[in-house]
Amino acid sequence: MTGAIDTILQGTLLGGLYALFAAGLSLIFGVMRLVNIAHGDLIVLAAYTAFLAVQLTGIDPLSSLIIVVPVMFVIGYALQRGLLNATLGRGILPPLLVTFGLSIIIQNALLQGFSADSRKLLLGPFETASIPLGPDLAIGWFPLLIFATAVVVIAALQALLHRTRIGRAFRAVSDDPETARLYGVDHRHLFAMAMGVALAVVSFAGVFLAIRTNFDPAIGPARLLFAFEAVIIGGLGSLWGTLAGGVILGIAQTVGAKIDPAWQLLAGHIAFLLVLIFRPRGLFPRAVD
Amino acid sequence: MTALLETQALEARYGDFQALFGIDLALQDGETVAIIGANGAGKSTLLRTICGLNAAAPEAVRHRGQAIGGAAPEAIVARGIALVPEGRRLFLSLTVEENLLMGAYAKRPGPWTLQRVYRLFPVLEERRRVSGIQLSGGQQQMVAIGRALMANPEILLCDELSLGLAPIIIRDVYAALPAIKAEGTAVVVVEQDINQALAVAGRVYCLMAGRVTLQGRPEELDRERIRAAYFGV
Repeated sequence: MTGAIDTILQGTLLGGLYALFAAGLSLIFGVMRLVNIAHGDLIVLAAYTAFLAVQLTGIDPLSSLIIVVPVMFVIGYALQRGLLNATLGRGILPPLLVTFGLSIIIQNALLQGFSADSRKLLLGPFETASIPLGPDLAIGWFPLLIFATAVVVIAALQALLHRTRIGRAFRAVSDDPETARLYGVDHRHLFAMAMGVALAVVSFAGVFLAIRTNFDPAIGPARLLFAFEAVIIGGLGSLWGTLAGGVILGIAQTVGAKIDPAWQLLAGHIAFLLVLIFRPRGLFPRAVD
Repeated sequence: MTALLETQALEARYGDFQALFGIDLALQDGETVAIIGANGAGKSTLLRTICGLNAAAPEAVRHRGQAIGGAAPEAIVARGIALVPEGRRLFLSLTVEENLLMGAYAKRPGPWTLQRVYRLFPVLEERRRVSGIQLSGGQQQMVAIGRALMANPEILLCDELSLGLAPIIIRDVYAALPAIKAEGTAVVVVEQDINQALAVAGRVYCLMAGRVTLQGRPEELDRERIRAAYFGV
């Protein structure tokens, strides 16, 4: 029994990380219907930005967020304004091809700059510290921090979308970009702000990833896959759905790993396929599409 | 006297298809002008081009003497020209109140506020937390008008206000026009319903196949001439 509770608990906490991978992807798709194939590589880019910040300034990895978040926001804004805006409104293929190309460029640039060596950010004893809940049951402080951050980030994004002027404009432009322009919304600036916010969220994912596990320039596409699965399970364009999708994916992987370590990833993919078969629009789809 | 809004030899195209041929139109301060014409005459294209949604030569559209043809829609609404688009085009995932607030996105100062719009259309205040998708056609049209008013325009362009609405609802929607004009707002109404257009407008332009075929004051135009200009018969 304790084993089962432990598996669910660890899976849920892992789901927090997947939700952070996915939240930016979900926001971008929700606002501008852009499927960003380079999203996983941008997570890795954030991890390397943190790595560089730690190396250059000597601050601890969590504090590096003070640098990484604004840097990634600016990269997101510039990327959207300078490149990705030009791909929108021309059908489904141009954004896919351009972000696919971007993914390859980021991977190779990181390879050139940092080599193929695995890196990791060290947080010290906090990484392994835990709260004992029973004889065979404990929650790690660090996974708990990741999960809590995911909840706070998603609540903040939700508040941004529903309680602010710019959030209202995000939703309006998502419904009907042309009509939004009629009332003064500069969609190019707005899309760039959305990408900036998405990459600010990606910063958290990148830094937590870099503390939790080894990373190298090639691991982006697998993170993209987890992010996609979490978004689709939760329902396209729904942020709380994305958190639920991350948790379901996390639990499925942890249960799979419990049965057989080789089953971890496969179990996640099977959960994803089952949702696609029985709820093709995801568990919490947006009411209006 | 410089016109409030003027088009000179305005042309518009969709790819190879030319939709407007040399449209000359003038609107004075506080005036109400109707543009009538059959389906496909180019009425909506004319309004879309004035608003910057379709390309135009800079000199072909002038606002208070300044060339604004082909400017971005966001720049044109900031100058005080707002469109109530054909088919309402509400933001369906936003509530009534959020739709109205989107109208004020450009933050242009003026008399129109949420409270003022709710006074004009009291039913919208009752339904302010409801999504646009749950409204009747008439209520949706009120939101679309209210949203454009929130931009505090000096020129309100209305595209087919009566489209798809029952006659009694059309009467309610048009009943708002005097209050709008009382604020000094000039109004351009595009209509297929000739009687409605003649009833509200000080001057009428009739379009056919992208050209102005008739213009004048409603009292000067007899029905035969309007029918000839409208249908080309």
